[in-house]
Amino acid sequence: MSHYYFLPHQRIDDMLSALKSDGYKCVAPRYHDGSIGYDDLNKSSELPWGYHDAQAPGHYEVTKTEHKHAFGFTLPTTSVKPMLFKAKENVWKVARNDEGKLAFEPIVEFEKIAVFGVRPCDLRGIEIQDRVFMENSYNDVRYVKRRENQFLIAMNCTKSHSNCFCTALGDSPFADKGFDLAMTELNDEGFVVEVGSEKGRVLLDTLNLAAASGGQAQAALSRIEAAAEAQTKTLPPIKEVEAKLMANLEHPQWDDIASRCLSCGSCTQVCPTCFCHTERDEPNVLGTETNHTREWDSCFSIDHSYTHGDTYREDTKYRYRQWLTHKFSTWRDQFRTKGCVGCGRCVTWCPVKIDVVDEINAICK
Amino acid sequence: MLYTNDAYTPFEVEVVEFIQEHHDIFTIRLKFTDPAIDSKYFFRPGQFNMIYLYGVGEVAISIVNDRNHQPGRFEHTIQVVGRITKGMAKLKAGDKVGIRGPFGTAWPMEEAKGKDVIIVTGGLGNAPLVAATEEVLKNRKQYGKLRVLHGIRTSDLLIYEDMYTRWNNSPETKVYMATSNAEPVDNGKWTWGKGFVTNFIPELGVDYANSIVMCVGPEPMMIGVAKSFIAAGVKPENVYISLERSMKCAIGHCGHCQLGAQFVCKDGAVYPYPACEELLKVKGL
Ligand SMILES: Cc1cc2nc3c(=O)[nH]c(=O)nc-3n(C[C@H](O)[C@H](O)[C@H](O)COP(=O)(O)OP(=O)(O)OC[C@H]3O[C@@H](n4cnc5c(N)ncnc54)[C@H](O)[C@@H]3O)c2cc1C
Ligand code: SF4
Ligand code: SF4
Ligand code: FES
Repeated sequence: MSHYYFLPHQRIDDMLSALKSDGYKCVAPRYHDGSIGYDDLNKSSELPWGYHDAQAPGHYEVTKTEHKHAFGFTLPTTSVKPMLFKAKENVWKVARNDEGKLAFEPIVEFEKIAVFGVRPCDLRGIEIQDRVFMENSYNDVRYVKRRENQFLIAMNCTKSHSNCFCTALGDSPFADKGFDLAMTELNDEGFVVEVGSEKGRVLLDTLNLAAASGGQAQAALSRIEAAAEAQTKTLPPIKEVEAKLMANLEHPQWDDIASRCLSCGSCTQVCPTCFCHTERDEPNVLGTETNHTREWDSCFSIDHSYTHGDTYREDTKYRYRQWLTHKFSTWRDQFRTKGCVGCGRCVTWCPVKIDVVDEINAICK
Repeated sequence: MLYTNDAYTPFEVEVVEFIQEHHDIFTIRLKFTDPAIDSKYFFRPGQFNMIYLYGVGEVAISIVNDRNHQPGRFEHTIQVVGRITKGMAKLKAGDKVGIRGPFGTAWPMEEAKGKDVIIVTGGLGNAPLVAATEEVLKNRKQYGKLRVLHGIRTSDLLIYEDMYTRWNNSPETKVYMATSNAEPVDNGKWTWGKGFVTNFIPELGVDYANSIVMCVGPEPMMIGVAKSFIAAGVKPENVYISLERSMKCAIGHCGHCQLGAQFVCKDGAVYPYPACEELLKVKGL
């Protein structure tokens, strides 16, 4: 009667095979050179078995333990974003013949990708980017194709790191929608699996899994609850934050942050929701063809607000204010959702340990 | 916007004529090379295109209707300021460039019906308002009086002089031109006015309570013009301005044009003044 299934660790490879025979390339968090990030996954032994991570402002560390679990770490350093909205890609090309005639051609590259193990915050990050690139007045055909060809296997959190704050935003480490399958890992055993789409159900049917026992389903829920309870950061209700930030554009805290912020843009590079980019031409040497590229940009770059008449955000103070107010206020007006999922990456990867939650609290108190 | 399956890829257009307006200002008259595209393309006064120069990149430029009112033709008047515009200054008839567009909001041509229309521009701000002015003249009976005010730094910067003369001779229309320095074309040859555009407010002979103002120029000028006309009795919601911000995509994806919650490329560039008045007061937004 349970709508939960159980996938023992020994059968992960069966799931990967089923995905592969459906034409998917599998991608999962993997350990590499001191960090855990998304990479191609061929077999279950490549998963980061036993690895744990510790994160704090400006701090990230991975340790190997004897535990027999694959998802004992919190979240990968990279989100799913680079698979959909690439850090750099050619979006179109144009050929020029001897008469100067221009032949434009869109470049739309995509493949079927199954992501094995997406944390709930990163799933919400995808939903947020969907609103920019495929639920907007204009769509990006590349993003749309990649989304249509994506299979998402969510991995509920059973641990939080000390920069996590999804609960402070009213979310939880539990994936409630936006996945094909959602799993929760039980130590040394396997995963409790839940179906989230027709595609997910069809795949699961091929595996003939046993239903999860009541005890297993209950254990999964308690582990997620424990992850939620482990979070310590708090914020005022999000609507209040949204209103107060825009009402405090001249708050002295902006100067205080500016005295610490290096304007390096790391926070925007690791963020699952930032969508800013720039476009550039890369002509070949013969002058016969040009690739038009799209590459991630950041509101921390001086070029971001450059026009011939004025650079509107010349000072770090204005750039940090743009970042914070966009994430935590104006995003709502633009996309009817918040711009942050509380993954804490921007805090972890800030070289001078600026913690966005502390800054918001300082401005909104 | 005109598009088939990808909002990022431009369409080919041909330069049918290149007109040097001034030493660093030029106009290109364009037509789509594919008639099927041409038949689908139409713009509203105030909208802009992204023009692509081969191997260099794209810039946002306002659309000017064709000076000969020839179907399938439109124009762009461009000032040389940097990399891309410098390259475009070397275009000649027969050359090909790319176009994506039209983008952005338009001048309130419907709301202006039955009202006196005051067009106020500074510098190259006149280009984005040519189409609106022509629209009033084309449907002359539907609008009240038309006043066209244009300010330039020095008299030799005047472009479109033939057009201004034609407008000035049109029914119920008067052109007011002001420069803070008439010397370059003086010797009695400068027949237009001196000083600032707002100096003309007392003599326009319009009903300010029933007027609509459309203004483009440098931001401080637009704010000054808006305030002066509101003080003269124009309703704040009847004052419209057009903003300029960095634009890479024009479709709300690249984030560069943000002004608070506004994406100037799609929520603007034309705004009723009250919609951006507060935002423009915040330094660094
Ligand atoms: C809605 C709109 C309408 C415009 N209409 C006209 C027009 O009719 N005629 C005209 O001459 N100019 C117009 N401009 C300004 C024109 O876009 C810039 O002058 C042009 O982008 C400068 O490019 P550049 O490569 O020559 O200069 P650079 O200084 O080398 O600029 C590098 C890049 O910065 C960005 N940039 C620089 N200045 C501006 C700017 N002022 N606005 C937006 N992006 C900028 C562009 O992406 C540009 O490619 C308009 C701008 C906007 C936003
Ligand atoms: S702003 Fe920071 S915490 Fe929020 S989604 Fe982006 S990286 Fe994660
Ligand atoms: S403006 Fe800044 S915070 Fe907003 S999406 Fe762009 S890079 Fe991210
Ligand atoms: S120009 Fe790219 S979002 Fe407006």
